[in-house]
This record gives sequence, structure tokens and C-alpha cells, in this order.
Amino acid sequence: METKVEEKRNKIYKMSSFLVWVIASVIFRLILIYFPKNLNLSSRPEVSTPLTSIRRRTLAEGYWLKQSSMSPYAGSMYHGSPLLLSVLGPLTVKRAKSTQAFRELKGNPISFYADVMSAMLLRATGQNLQAAYTQRLKSLELHELSKNSEIFSSGDIAALVYLWNPFTIVACVGLSTSPIENLAIISSLYGACKRLPPLAAFGWVMATHLSLYPAILIIPLIILLGYGPDAPPSKLFLQSRCSKGGDNPLSSTSCQQEELTFSGKPVVHFLLWISVWSVYVLILCGISVQQNGGLLEMFKSTYGFILTVEDLSPNMGVLWYFFAEVFEFFRNFFLILFHVNILFMVLPLAIRLNHRPCFLAFVYIAISSMLKSFPSVSLQLFACFTPI
Amino acid sequence: MAQTLKLNLLLNLVLLLLFQLSYGTLVFGSVFVQEEEFSEELLLKPLPDRKVLSHFHFESRAPPSNTHGRHHHLFPKAISQLVTKLRIKEMELSFTQGRWRYEQWGGFDPISSNNAKPPGVELWAVFDVPQSLVDAYWKNLTHTLSGLFCASVNFLESSTAYSAPEWAFRPASGNLRYGALPREAVCTENLTPWLKLLPCRDKSGLSALMDRPSVYRGFYHSQRLHLISTESDSDGVDSGIVLEQTLTVVLQPSGWKKGKSYAGKTNMQPNWSISSIFGRKVSGKCILAKSSNVYLQLDKGLVCELKDLQKENAEYGANNSASEHSFELSVNPDKVYEEMDNLHGKSTSVMYEYSVDKYSDSQPFDLGLKWKIPVVWLNQQAPLHASRFLMGSGNERGAIAISLRSTDLSEGSGSTNAINEGCELQVDIFQVVPWYIKVYFHTLQVYVNQQRRAMADVVKKIHVSPSKDKLSPGVMEMILKLPCGVQSAALTIEFDKGFLHIDEYPPDANQGFDIPSAVVSFPNSDASMHFSQDDSLKKSPLLSKFQERSRVLSYTEVLLVPLTTPDFSMPYNVLTITCTVFALYFGSLLNVLRKRAGEEERLLKASKKTGRLSQLLSKLISKLRRRPQEPLPSSPAPSSFVSHKVIFKILVVACIAVAWQYYF
Repeated sequence: METKVEEKRNKIYKMSSFLVWVIASVIFRLILIYFPKNLNLSSRPEVSTPLTSIRRRTLAEGYWLKQSSMSPYAGSMYHGSPLLLSVLGPLTVKRAKSTQAFRELKGNPISFYADVMSAMLLRATGQNLQAAYTQRLKSLELHELSKNSEIFSSGDIAALVYLWNPFTIVACVGLSTSPIENLAIISSLYGACKRLPPLAAFGWVMATHLSLYPAILIIPLIILLGYGPDAPPSKLFLQSRCSKGGDNPLSSTSCQQEELTFSGKPVVHFLLWISVWSVYVLILCGISVQQNGGLLEMFKSTYGFILTVEDLSPNMGVLWYFFAEVFEFFRNFFLILFHVNILFMVLPLAIRLNHRPCFLAFVYIAISSMLKSFPSVSLQLFACFTPI
Repeated sequence: MAQTLKLNLLLNLVLLLLFQLSYGTLVFGSVFVQEEEFSEELLLKPLPDRKVLSHFHFESRAPPSNTHGRHHHLFPKAISQLVTKLRIKEMELSFTQGRWRYEQWGGFDPISSNNAKPPGVELWAVFDVPQSLVDAYWKNLTHTLSGLFCASVNFLESSTAYSAPEWAFRPASGNLRYGALPREAVCTENLTPWLKLLPCRDKSGLSALMDRPSVYRGFYHSQRLHLISTESDSDGVDSGIVLEQTLTVVLQPSGWKKGKSYAGKTNMQPNWSISSIFGRKVSGKCILAKSSNVYLQLDKGLVCELKDLQKENAEYGANNSASEHSFELSVNPDKVYEEMDNLHGKSTSVMYEYSVDKYSDSQPFDLGLKWKIPVVWLNQQAPLHASRFLMGSGNERGAIAISLRSTDLSEGSGSTNAINEGCELQVDIFQVVPWYIKVYFHTLQVYVNQQRRAMADVVKKIHVSPSKDKLSPGVMEMILKLPCGVQSAALTIEFDKGFLHIDEYPPDANQGFDIPSAVVSFPNSDASMHFSQDDSLKKSPLLSKFQERSRVLSYTEVLLVPLTTPDFSMPYNVLTITCTVFALYFGSLLNVLRKRAGEEERLLKASKKTGRLSQLLSKLISKLRRRPQEPLPSSPAPSSFVSHKVIFKILVVACIAVAWQYYF
């Protein structure tokens, strides 16, 4: 009894301290947002790339062009999705009117909420993962290991790391759309962990729609849905069973039966939902860009822009300088090479890490966020997955 | 012998012409048949800041080719071929060096609105072809002109250099293309082909005055070629091709220094003559020219000032004989025109005409102007003085500001306009910005009288075509409606500086990049002049040109934007470093994937099961993390792996070789 009460108290204590930290991070963000001096974060190349910035180039200009009944992709300024434009666009204008100069526009409630929400989702994912992990350990009859005493569970740590990550803070304050992309990625992972195909599919479709690179996450998502959040290598499982079977000759036959089966139903659901959501997103985009150019132009100036690195303004990556100096003759070759570099490791990693889909997803995010054509600090999302 | 031959030829020509004429009259009866004609004129005008404006105006006309054939004896063949081949309706090409000072040299008269041009080369043309073909014709035109004038007009060929203004530059023209090269240096190699288009070149007539050293010594120099063709017009009026060549030079009379040395006579205007400013005299007209006239124009402000001075002198009654004329002309004018001013009956500008017909080698024409009393006056100004400048610092971003200042120095016109409140001043602004200046049109702000206004209050019409990277420049056309009594207005717009590919930088990239001038025009103000004697004016193309209705137009300054330049010297270092980073990433990741540390360990120690997973994880993480910081390739690899690596390397090299082959 006493131990239970203690556990409960412990839990409450953990929860409250977690909440304190969360609130502290929220307050910290607010302080930064309403900081009297302009930090000029929104125009730093580290924070805002041509793809993600709200103020610096893309969103406000695209929204202005749209308002003046022109295609938002008319100039080579805006390269984001038209949906983001209609959601975030009015915000930029309202801010511009209320404050005296546009320069003072800082912080953005939507990216702010997206940050908090993705932290919460991360926490849930982490808890889910931990639960699965302990369950596995239990099934491997290793109870004592599950009780490793830590102040926070890994989900809490992940959420806090996400919230207190200076990069995400900077991205949130510096008016970037990347918190929304992060939210989409995390929600898809969460949905896959919880075995909710609609949510996972929605997150994946949105993330792909916004920044293309999360498309490779479809492999870990399918594995997650198929095998569950944490499946140790079946060999290991078998081995443990069989080694125990050595002690107990009766259970020796069961070691063959206990193999993990790939459950196809959620995967099929997931794929169905993907098609539903992508058709839905495409229809919405088509409606919003139908007067000017249509979907083809949209694809050309969003995905085309990502793939053919046209904007040579400096950012965190190496590609801009490379393409500023490389001879025009070799440009296509290197473009293919660099993008293949991201795709090249997808399959080997999937084969190697198929029993740990979350870790696989983390590795994918890390690779793509480092090698993508317009990287920024805000997409160092992978840093917050490390505790998990 | 040769002379007789020439004479014969000339006779033949005349006969042919006569025949043609008679033929024309026979066939077309009442239709007025034109001949090819050429006229040369020179306008001289003292400027308030002790300089002299000389404006050469040569006009050649060719009758329509469908009635007169394609053979010309006066009209330059190159131009007529250009017009017929490229189906040009109207075209203007100008080469300019120096900047027209609108505040001192005037901004309201026909010369400043039509002949003051932005520095460098400016070209615009209207084509009589379907919309889809205009760009192709424009490209042909730029190449032809660059060949004709020994200039790099062909840089206007690329779509990033020209634009298609819709209404702000010239009203209502769909097939118009406009391009400007602000950096182009203009020199005598551009003037020589321009002179070649004249029938007398610079051998005789007024063009003989163009002594290269003195022309290029000037403060402002603009040579211009304007073409109007009605060849392919569907309208009934068919006047053929009109080629108008003007050269506008602002020169400093050499007598200026002497005048300055007198301490008390600082206001004294310098005395000058044609021979003193050009170093040559006019020795007769070009024989082929129909008319050859020299004009001396006294500006409205100057005439007004002189009249005031005369009145003063008359009141005081002192020195009546000497100060009757405050200046003295060395040659008496043949005719005097006075400008008719419909609105105010006050003072108008005066034009003295001299015909060069009667002068010859033995008796050259040398007009001189001698001031007797010091005069200070102001030229007539455009309603608003436009200037443009850059704001912000650093190599990342900045802002362009166009400021319009009122030029009314508490004059009568300002106060009268202030009375009627409904009065509005319309200002058209046309601006082309190259694509590497990434303008944010949403940051456009308008200030009137130093107070920020909402866009909708001031901007009546706006048309923006945003720039496309490496494809097209950004064009901004807008109509501002300002209250008449406005003191100042300003437009600001922010931009980011783009980054170019290493090949796109021009030589001497550190100097910066030029943004072409913006065009500010006032469509409601008429820059034309009206003269009293109408019948004789028709004969003079220059004066009839002055009488044409035209909007007041002014160009702003060219802006110089410094852009960040990459390291031009070592592109290979960048390439190799980037490729090394990628190779390291690839190699280490492959290594991590290949090596099955966990499995090996598991085989060794079968008991510690859980430790393995975390070990594997931590190893992977450390590998991944270590990669960007210390890119050391993990060396210990099994021999089988090495062979795999070798095979892989061979494959990569083979792939590269295949790609190479394919591209060559």
C-alpha cells in the first residue's frame, strides 16, 4: 500500500515538475516574443530559409500577391504551400497594420501553439514507446531493468528537450513555418505509435506537402503500424525463448510460434488514408490556385524549387555555396548526386533497423535535415528524439 | 572627268525623281506626295548655371515604300531595312553620359522631357507584330542595333534585361518593350555610326560642329535616335518613316574662368559664341538638307528676369542707352518667335532663328552672345522633383526610396492650386528592378508630407510583375494621385540582395550592380510650347516637335547596389570540400550499417542481452554525432568490407565515367 501511495505521489511530483518546466518554457518564449528590442531573428539565414520564412521573403509576399489577384508563385519569392498561405497569410497583414512597422512583427501564435502541441505529442509518443519497451522487457522477463529510476520518463524528457531546444525556440520566435512542419511529422509518428492510421496518414501527407523530404518517413511509419512501436529483433526474441526453453523442455515448441507477425490491416488502412488525405489536400490546393496557374505551377515552384536548388542565398547547408561555384555544366549531375545521397541510405537503414522503427524515423529525419537543400536550425528536430 | 560623271549622275537622279514625282501626281492625283527630305537644326540655350545647352536635331523622312519603292537617296538604307524587316512602329535608342540636372537645367520644357535620358543606353520599341512574336523581334532588334552602333545593346536580349511596361511608361501600348543598360560607356565609337546615318555625315553643315573633344568634354551628352514608321499601319495616314536624330550636349563656355576672376561680377553670365564652345564655325549648310537653321532660345525665366531688369532701369532712368539690351547678339536674327502662353499672359520664352543658307566657307556663321548685366534666373521646373536613393546597410537587405519634392518655391501657382481642394496631381512611376534585387512588394509604403498614408489613399492604380530568378526583372508601374499642394512624397520598398552564380557576375563585380533609372512622368502637365507664327513653323521639324503635346517626364538617378561576391579564385576548393564532406558522411554511414557490432558481441557474450541494444544505439548515435564534428573515417574494417568498398569505389568511378561520356 505504502509503496503504491509513494508511487502515486512520485507520479504527481513528476507531473507537476514537468508542468512547471513546460510553463517556464512557454513564458520564456513569450518573453522573447515581446522582447522590446528587435532581435532580428526572422531575417537570420540560420532561422529562415526561402522555404520556411514568414516575414523575410516567402509568406507575406506570397499573400500580398494573392491579395492583389496574382498567382502567389508569380515571382520567385514564395515556395510554400497555398494552404499555409491562406492559414497564415491574414495573420501577417493584421500584424502589419496593428504595429507601426512590419519589422516589429515577431512571434506568431500559430507556430507557438504548434510547438507546444508537438511537445505534448512527443511526450505521449515517448510514454507510449516506453510502455511498449517495458512490455517487451516484461515479456523477456527482465522486470528489474524496467524500474530504472529516473526523475522524468523519456517522453517527458523528449518534450522538454523539444521545448527548451534553443533551435526550436529561435524558430518559433523567428517567424518560421518549420514548427508546423515539425508538428506534422511528430503527429504522424504519434499516430503510428498509437496505431491510428488516419492521424499518421494525415501527418505524413501534411509533412510531405509542406517540405517534401518527410516522404521517406513512410517506411518507418509502415513498420510502426505493422509491427508495433517496439519490436526487438525476432532472433533475439527467439533466442531468449529458446534459451529459457532449455531450462523448461515443455516450452521448446512455443519458441517457433511466438514469432512476430506483420499485421497488414493497419498498413492497408494507412495507405487508404494516405490516398484520402492526399486527394483532399490536392483538391484544396487546386481550389486555392485554380485561378492562376493551377497545380502544375504549384508543384513546379514548391517541389521543383526544393529539388533544383535555384536560390543561392546562404543558409546552414553546403549546397548553396557549392552551386554558386560549380560550373553550370555539372549542375544537373551534382543535383542528382546530392538528392540520391539522401535516398541512397533509405533502404539499407530500413533493413538494418526494421525492429526499431522510431529510431529509424529519427535517423531518417537526421539525414534529411542535414542534407536537404535548404536546411535551417529549426529543422534540427532530431535532437529531441535522442532521449527516446 | 569625274566631276562630269557626278553631274550626270545627279542629273539622272533629279530626272528620276521628277519622273517619280510626276508619276505619283499622275496616279494619285490629289494625294500629297512626299519626297525624301532631310533637315538640320541646332538649338542653343543659355543655362542658369553658366553652361550652354546645344541641341542638334536632324530629321530625315522617307516616303512610304509601297508608293515610292525601296530605294533611297537621302534616307539611310540601314534604318529603312531595319524598319521593314523588324516591323517597327516606333523606336527610341539613346546613348547618354552624365546626368541631366533637372533642378538647374529645367524639367518642364520639351528638351528635358524628351531628350534628357538616363545614363547609359536606353532602348524602347513598339512592334507591329502579334503579341507572341514581340520578344523574338526585340531580340533581333537588339542584335541589329548593337551591330549598327558598336555598342553592347545585345545585352538587352536576355529576358532579365528588358520588360514590357503596360501603361506607366507610355500610354496604351501592348507591344512595347523597354530595356536599359545603365553601365554602358558611351564614346566616340557610338557617335561615328550615328553620324554615318546623316547624309552629310560630319563633313559639312551643322554636324561639322561636332568636334569630338569638345563634345565629350561636356557635362552631359546624349545622342538619341527616334524612329516613327507608319509603314505597316492599317490607318489611312501613311507618312513613311521619320527618323529623328538628336544630340544634346551641355557645355561649359571657355570664357567662364575669366568671368569668375572678377570678384564683383560673380553673377555675370559667361559670354560665348559657337566657335568658343565648339572650337569650330558653321561654314554653310549641308547641301542635301532642305532647311538648316540655328535657334537661340531664351528661357521663360530668363525673359521674365530681363523684363524686370528693364523695368527697373526704366524707373531709375539710369544708363538708358546701355541697358536697353542686357545682352548682345553678334548676328542679327532672321526671325523671332515668341511662345504663346494660354494660361498666363505674362512672360514667355523667346526663340531667335538664324538661317544658315546664306553663309559659306568664306563667310562662316558664328553666333555669339555677350552679356552686359549680370542675370540670375531659374528654369521652369517639373511639378515635382524626383530623386531616388538607397536605404539600409549591409550586404543582406536594403530599401529603395523614391522621393518627390515640390519644386514650387512659394510661387503663385502653388498657392492658387491650394485653393481648389479637389485638385489632384497625377504621377506615373515606372520602375524596373533586376531580379537579383528581390523586392518585397508587400513592404511598399507611401509617405505624403512625411506622414505615412494607406496605400489605397494615394495609389490609384498599381501593376506589379514580380521578378523571376534568372528569368525576368521585377516591374512596378503605379499611378499616384497626390494633392496639388503637396510638399513632399516618398515611396519606400524593401528588398533582399540575391546571390548569383559565379558566372553571372560581371567583370569587376565588387563595384556593385546598377539599378536602371525609374521613370517619373506627369501626364497632366503638358511640356509642349506654342508659338505665335504658325505657318512658317510647319517647315521647321524642331519647332513642330516642340509644339507636339507630350507629358512631362523625368528620370531618376541610377542606383549602385553592392552585392556580396563569392570567392572567384578558388571554386575548386569549395567543390572538393563539399564532396569530401559528402564522401565522409556516406562512408561512415555505410561503415555503421555494415559492421554488426551487436551481433558479434552477442556471439561472444550470450548472457548480457539488454546491454547490447543500448550499446548498439549509443554506438550509432555517437557515430552519427561524431560525423559533423570530427569527420574521421572509422578505420577498423574487416577485410571483406574493404573488398566491398573497393568494388563500390570502382562502381562509382564507372558511373561518373559513364555520365561524363554521356554529357560529352
